Amino acid sequence: MNENRNVKIRVRNLSKVFGNQPKKALELREKGLKRPEIFEKTGQTLGLTNIDFDVYEGELLVIMGLSGSGKSTLIRCLNRLIEPTEGEIVIDGENIPALSEKALLECRRRHFSMVFQNFALFPHRTVQQNAEFGLEIRGVDKAERTRVARDALHHVGLDGWEDAYPNQLSGGMQQRVGLARALANDATVLLMDEAFSALDPLIRGDMQQELLELQHRMQKTTVFITHDLDEAINIADRIILLKDGEIVQIGTPEDVLTHPADEYVARFIEGVDMSRILTAEHAMRPVRATAREEDGPRTTLRKMNENGIDSIYVTSRDRKLMGLVEVNAVEQAVKEGKESIRDFMTQDFRSVGPDEPLHNLFAMFSEKSFPIAVIDDNHKLLGVVVKGAVLDELAQAAEPSKMLDDTKENEDANENVAAAGDA
Amino acid sequence: MAIEIPSIPLGDWIEGGLDWLTSEYSIVTRAISRVTQTGIDVLNDGLMWLPEWGLLAIVVGLCWWVANLRLGVGAALGLALIWNLGLWEPMIETLTLVVIATLVAVVIALPVGIAAALSERLYKTIMPILDFMQTMPAFVYLIPAIPFFGIGSVSAIFATVIFSMPPAIRFTTLGIRQVPVELIEAADAYGATRSQKLFKVQLPMSLPTVMAGINQTIMLALSMVVIAAMIGADGLGSEVWRAIQRLRPGDGFEAGIAVVILAMLLDRVTQSLRKGRKSKR
Repeated sequence: MNENRNVKIRVRNLSKVFGNQPKKALELREKGLKRPEIFEKTGQTLGLTNIDFDVYEGELLVIMGLSGSGKSTLIRCLNRLIEPTEGEIVIDGENIPALSEKALLECRRRHFSMVFQNFALFPHRTVQQNAEFGLEIRGVDKAERTRVARDALHHVGLDGWEDAYPNQLSGGMQQRVGLARALANDATVLLMDEAFSALDPLIRGDMQQELLELQHRMQKTTVFITHDLDEAINIADRIILLKDGEIVQIGTPEDVLTHPADEYVARFIEGVDMSRILTAEHAMRPVRATAREEDGPRTTLRKMNENGIDSIYVTSRDRKLMGLVEVNAVEQAVKEGKESIRDFMTQDFRSVGPDEPLHNLFAMFSEKSFPIAVIDDNHKLLGVVVKGAVLDELAQAAEPSKMLDDTKENEDANENVAAAGDA
Repeated sequence: MAIEIPSIPLGDWIEGGLDWLTSEYSIVTRAISRVTQTGIDVLNDGLMWLPEWGLLAIVVGLCWWVANLRLGVGAALGLALIWNLGLWEPMIETLTLVVIATLVAVVIALPVGIAAALSERLYKTIMPILDFMQTMPAFVYLIPAIPFFGIGSVSAIFATVIFSMPPAIRFTTLGIRQVPVELIEAADAYGATRSQKLFKVQLPMSLPTVMAGINQTIMLALSMVVIAAMIGADGLGSEVWRAIQRLRPGDGFEAGIAVVILAMLLDRVTQSLRKGRKSKR
């Protein structure tokens, strides 16, 4: 899906050894030894090894891993806050590890803004002066940087706080200042190092949404680091999963969830609240039987009996959803000797689009036990979701080993679920 | 059988070295001497030119401004007592020596402290030297001061600077080293040069600590200029010295109390300068 996109940063064969004999460690790595063995033999820590990936122009790339996986090292290698041991990092044709001291400063000023986990605001500077920092370092004149910084503060919703000092602000607001400092700088890449991890969950959710909006509006290439898979799923265009300094998987959030590359990834996603990630489409089952508007009540009743269901969706000839009839309404029509069921349909059911998160479906089941209709933009009936299927889907997601070949099992499950229709 | 171990002629070596320095660099020492003496004279004459009540009013106003009215009242009472005891002129002489010595000490200490904070090697070289400067009995500095600068106030300044400088260096180094690494990292991430980092982050953030060091330097300078009366420095110290020689404890205590008042004043004013800066944030 990304063939047509421009590569902003190309990382190839990037490795980092912490210690004073990096060559020894790399030699052992060539022999196939892993991080713990190398540490035991040489006392060198293999922080990152053979990292290859691209960052596309304008995307939000999330690098995820547990602590010690090397994600902080990786993001700091990008702007050389940590000196890589080997490999290339090419941004707009410049190979960062090869830059001279002076060129590196220039490169950092032009290309990288950074937001930090613990905000790293300057306590002796006001909010405004903090936001101006990057521009001040570049030597932008006072009037211009005041204007740009004010604009950035406005974007993050901090109008009126310009003259406050960081210690007068809450954590969430402090990180907004951190974000404003990064945005004001107008570098080409935004690096976010666990930027929201120190915030409480509610604020974190808000900040994620705001970041998405900003990112959508500005199309800023962003590399975001987190240890929180929910956060990654929530904001990422693509996710890179790191383990022990190696990449275990690169893919969209969907890829990572539904096709975990290995046991490690699978275990990682166990903790995710799947009801927010899986959508109606995942839990949707094909409809076994539908009625036509022009069908007579007796035909309809037979369809329902054959399939053991006591309500049935009515569609038009081109599969557009028209309504629902219940078994007692059909029986009534038979009694009255009606020609068609058209007048006995009800609109008292729920329908959702295929992208609706399962999380939102629970409430809809509370009133009546009709299956929820899943319809596309043209009102065509794609399938139905029954309560059992939602729980079933979530239960499966909670057992990732099964997910590896979930397609077959789903087919088996379909039989049971659709038959159980509206139990 | 006892083995005769000749004693190492450490004292001879040092003396030889000092003699050599004195004769080789007499031009330098004489120039320093002249400049320092001029500074002392100008400041002293300036302070003496003001009438007692005028200076008193200025000091009280200053105390009120940087701290509060209470310090102002305290300053007024203390200075009035000194005036009343007839110790105004020696007090001014002592103040002059403290001010000049502190200025010289700070001018040397700040760059040295900054350099030691930024270079691990320099840090390791300087710390033992500072230990030496601080633990060597203060009187010892008075001896080489005389061949260098002769008897009098300049020698007093020389010894005082050496004795009082270490805390200013130490606190400057400490203040800069205490700046959290995340903030240094943030400055680096935005492409700050070394000097931008120093002037925009490290120095402003270490200012309260540096001020604490300067406060210490002032206190040490005051204690040293009093001792320096032994090599002919003017001021309250010489009043004490005279009282010792004549065995007049009353006079000695009067001068001693004046030193205490001056010390408290200097301490409170510099401390509230430091805190005042903070609370205005």
